[in-house]
Amino acid sequence: MLIRLGPPLTIALLAGPILLGLGGTLLPAFGYLPALGGEAVTFDPLRQLLAEPGIWMSSMVSLASGLVTTLVALAAVMLFVAGWSGTSMFARVQHLISPLLSVPHAAAAFGLAFLIAPSGMIARLVSPELTGWQRPPDILIVNDPMGFSMMAGLIVKEIPFLLLIALAAMPQADAARTRALTASLGYGRIAGFLFGVWPPVYQQIRLAVFAVIAFATSVVDVAAILGPTAPAPLAVRLTQWMQDPELSMRFLASSGALLQLVITAAALIIWIGLERVGALLRKFACEAGWRFGRDTWLRQTALAAMVFAAATVFAGLATLCFWSFAGLWPFPDVLPDTLSAKTWVKTAPRIGSPLATTFVVALLSTLLALLLSVLCLVREDETGRIGGRWVLGFIYLPLIVPQVAFLFGLQLLFVLTGTVASLPALVFVHLIFVLPYVFLSLSDPWRAYDRRYEAIAAGLGKRRWATLFRIRLPMLTRALLTAAAVGFAVSVGQYLPTVLIGAGRLDTITTEAVALASGGNRRVIGVYAFLQMLLPAIGFLVATLLPALIFRHRRALRA
Amino acid sequence: MTQQGLFLDTVSIALAGRVLLSVTHRIAPGEVLTVMGPSGSGKSTLLAYIGGFLDPAFQASGKVFAGSIELTALPAQERHAGILFQDPLLFPHMSVAGNLVFAIAPDVTGRAQRMALAEATLAGVGLEGMGDRDPDTLSGGQKARVALARVLLSSPRALLLDEPFSKLDQDLRQQMRELVFAKARGAGLPVILVTHDEADAAAAQGPVIRIGE
Repeated sequence: MLIRLGPPLTIALLAGPILLGLGGTLLPAFGYLPALGGEAVTFDPLRQLLAEPGIWMSSMVSLASGLVTTLVALAAVMLFVAGWSGTSMFARVQHLISPLLSVPHAAAAFGLAFLIAPSGMIARLVSPELTGWQRPPDILIVNDPMGFSMMAGLIVKEIPFLLLIALAAMPQADAARTRALTASLGYGRIAGFLFGVWPPVYQQIRLAVFAVIAFATSVVDVAAILGPTAPAPLAVRLTQWMQDPELSMRFLASSGALLQLVITAAALIIWIGLERVGALLRKFACEAGWRFGRDTWLRQTALAAMVFAAATVFAGLATLCFWSFAGLWPFPDVLPDTLSAKTWVKTAPRIGSPLATTFVVALLSTLLALLLSVLCLVREDETGRIGGRWVLGFIYLPLIVPQVAFLFGLQLLFVLTGTVASLPALVFVHLIFVLPYVFLSLSDPWRAYDRRYEAIAAGLGKRRWATLFRIRLPMLTRALLTAAAVGFAVSVGQYLPTVLIGAGRLDTITTEAVALASGGNRRVIGVYAFLQMLLPAIGFLVATLLPALIFRHRRALRA
Repeated sequence: MTQQGLFLDTVSIALAGRVLLSVTHRIAPGEVLTVMGPSGSGKSTLLAYIGGFLDPAFQASGKVFAGSIELTALPAQERHAGILFQDPLLFPHMSVAGNLVFAIAPDVTGRAQRMALAEATLAGVGLEGMGDRDPDTLSGGQKARVALARVLLSSPRALLLDEPFSKLDQDLRQQMRELVFAKARGAGLPVILVTHDEADAAAAQGPVIRIGE
C-alpha cells in the first residue's frame, strides 16, 4: 500500500507546489490578491513593471547570463569529454572536479569575488611587481554592469554538474569501441566523438542542460554576490521587491516573476534553436567527410579550460579560508601579516542557530527525499515499467521552472495558512528541490542492481520487506549514502526558498552569508562561506568513509 | 517436504505473442529434467516462472505442483524453489556463514543451533571452517559450493539450475556436477537443469527436453 503511494505522492509533491505556486504568482501579477486589497483584475502591476527604470537591461542580463553560461560550460565539458575520455588524464581531472559539485553556489561565488576583486588574491599576486599598484585600483570587476563576473561564477560551478551528468550518460554510448571505429576511419578524437557518441549522450542530458539554463537565467544568490547592481539582474530585483516592507510591492514582484518566466522560456527557445544549428553543422561536417585529424590544440584547450575552472574554485575557497583567519592583511601582501581565530570566536555565538537550522532542514528533507525515491523505485521494480520521458520531465520540473516564478506564490499560500517561517514549511520547500537530485542520483545504481539476488532471497523463503531491508538496501549502502550526500548539499545551498519561506525568521548559513555580501566584511563572509562549503563536504566524506568502515571485511563492497 | 515430485501442467510461456516453450512433465524426487536450447530461446524463463519472478513482459500460463501443493498459486517467497544461477550471487555484505544462516528457516531457533547447522552444511560441501570468510575472497569453485550449500539449507521443494556450471573451468565443472546431483539425489529433490551444454545433459542422466530448435 505504502509502495503504491510512492509515485503519486512524489509527482504530487513535485508538481503540486509548482502549479499552486504559479497560480499564487499569476493572480497578484494581474492585481488580484484580496488579502492585500487587490479585488479586481487589472494590468496595472504589469504597466508599473514596464515603467521600472532599467527593467529591460535587467531582463537582457538575465537572458544573456543563461545562454552564455550554458554555452561556455557545455562546450568545455563536451570538448573535454570528446578529447580525453578513456585516458588517465581524464580520470585525474574527473577526480579533481567531482568534489566541486558539493560546493554551494554562494560559496563558490564569494570565492571568485575574493580572487578577482581589485584588492583580491590575483591582484595581490601580481602587485606591485607587474602592475605598480600600491593600492587596489579603482576599477569595477566584481558586479560589472554586463554581468561577466557573474557568468564566470556560474560557469565554473556548472562545469562540474554538466561533467558528472554527461559521465552518467556515457556508459550507454559505448564510447571506447566507437572511438576505435571512428579512429580506424581516420577521424580525430574530438570529431569521432562528436559525430559518433555525443548525439545520444546529449539526448540523455538535455533536461539537465535545460535546468542549467533555467537556473542561470533566474539565480538570485550568485547574482547578488557577483552580478551587476544598477540595474541588478531581474531575479535579484524581484526578490528585493518581494521582501519590501511595503506589501503592495508584491503586485510588482509578482508581475516581475511573470516576466522572469517569459525570459527563461525565451532562453530555452533560443537554446533549442542553437541545438538545431549545432545538429545542422554536424550533419554538414559529416557529409563533407571532414576528419579533423589534427585536433591536439583543441584537446589541449579543452583540458586547460577544465583545469582552469577547477583551479579557480579551489583557489577561491582557499582565499575564503585565509580571510576567515586573517588578522591584519594590507594590500598588496599575498599573505596576511597575522593569522588569528578572532573572527571565528567573535562570530561563533551568532552562528549556532543558523547552523542548527541548516543541519536539521537538510537532514529532514534528505531523509524524506530518500524515502520517497526508494518507494518510487521499488514500485518501478514491481510494475516493471521504468517511467518514460514524461516522468523524467516531472522530476526535472522544479529545476526547469524558475524558482522565483512559483516560490512567490507558494510563500503567499504559506502566509495565508499561517505556516510561513515554520520548520515543516521550510523542510517541505527544500524537499521540492532535494528530491529530484536524490532520485536522479539513486536511480542509476538502483536500476543497475542484479535482481537475481532478490530471486535467490525469494527462493530462500524471504518476504519482500525482508529482502529489501536485509539484501538490497545493505548492498546499495554506498549509493544510498551518496544520494543522501547530494541531497544534503543541495539543501545546504538553497538560498531563495529559505529566504522566502523562512521569511527572515528561519535563517541558514546560506541566507546569512548572502545577506553579508553587500556589507563587504571579508573576514565574516569568509567564516560563513567556509562553513557553507564545509557542511556538504562533511556529508560526502561520511558517504565515502562509512561504507569503507562498515564493509572493511567485505572486499566486494569496499571499492 | 522433500519426498515429492514436481509436476509441470501445460506450462506455456510467450513473449509478444510468440510461444517460447510449452511443457507438460512430471519429475520424480531425485530425478533431473534437462531443458536444452540455444541462448535467447527463453529456457531460463521456465525457471523464472516456477520460482515466481518472471519478468512481467512475458505471458505465462499453466500450473506447477510440488506434490499436492500448487506452487504457481503461491507468492515467490512461499514456493521454496531453490535456484542456482550461473553466478554464485553470494550476498556480498554478509560473511560466508551469514549467507548460510540467512537461508535457514526461522523454525530453527537459537543462534548457536543455526550457526552449527550452517557449519555442518559447509563441511558437507568440503568447506569446513570457512564460515567467517568474506565471500569475495573465495575461489570460483568455493563460491559455487557455498551457493549450493545455501540453497540446500533452505529446505527447497525443488532445485532449479540455470546453467550453474557454465562459468566454471573444465575440471571444476565435472566436480560440481557430481556434487550437485549427488546432493539433490541424497535430499530427494526434483531438479530442473537449464543448459546449452550437452555434457551437462549427459551427466544429469535424465530426460531431456529441447526447445527453440
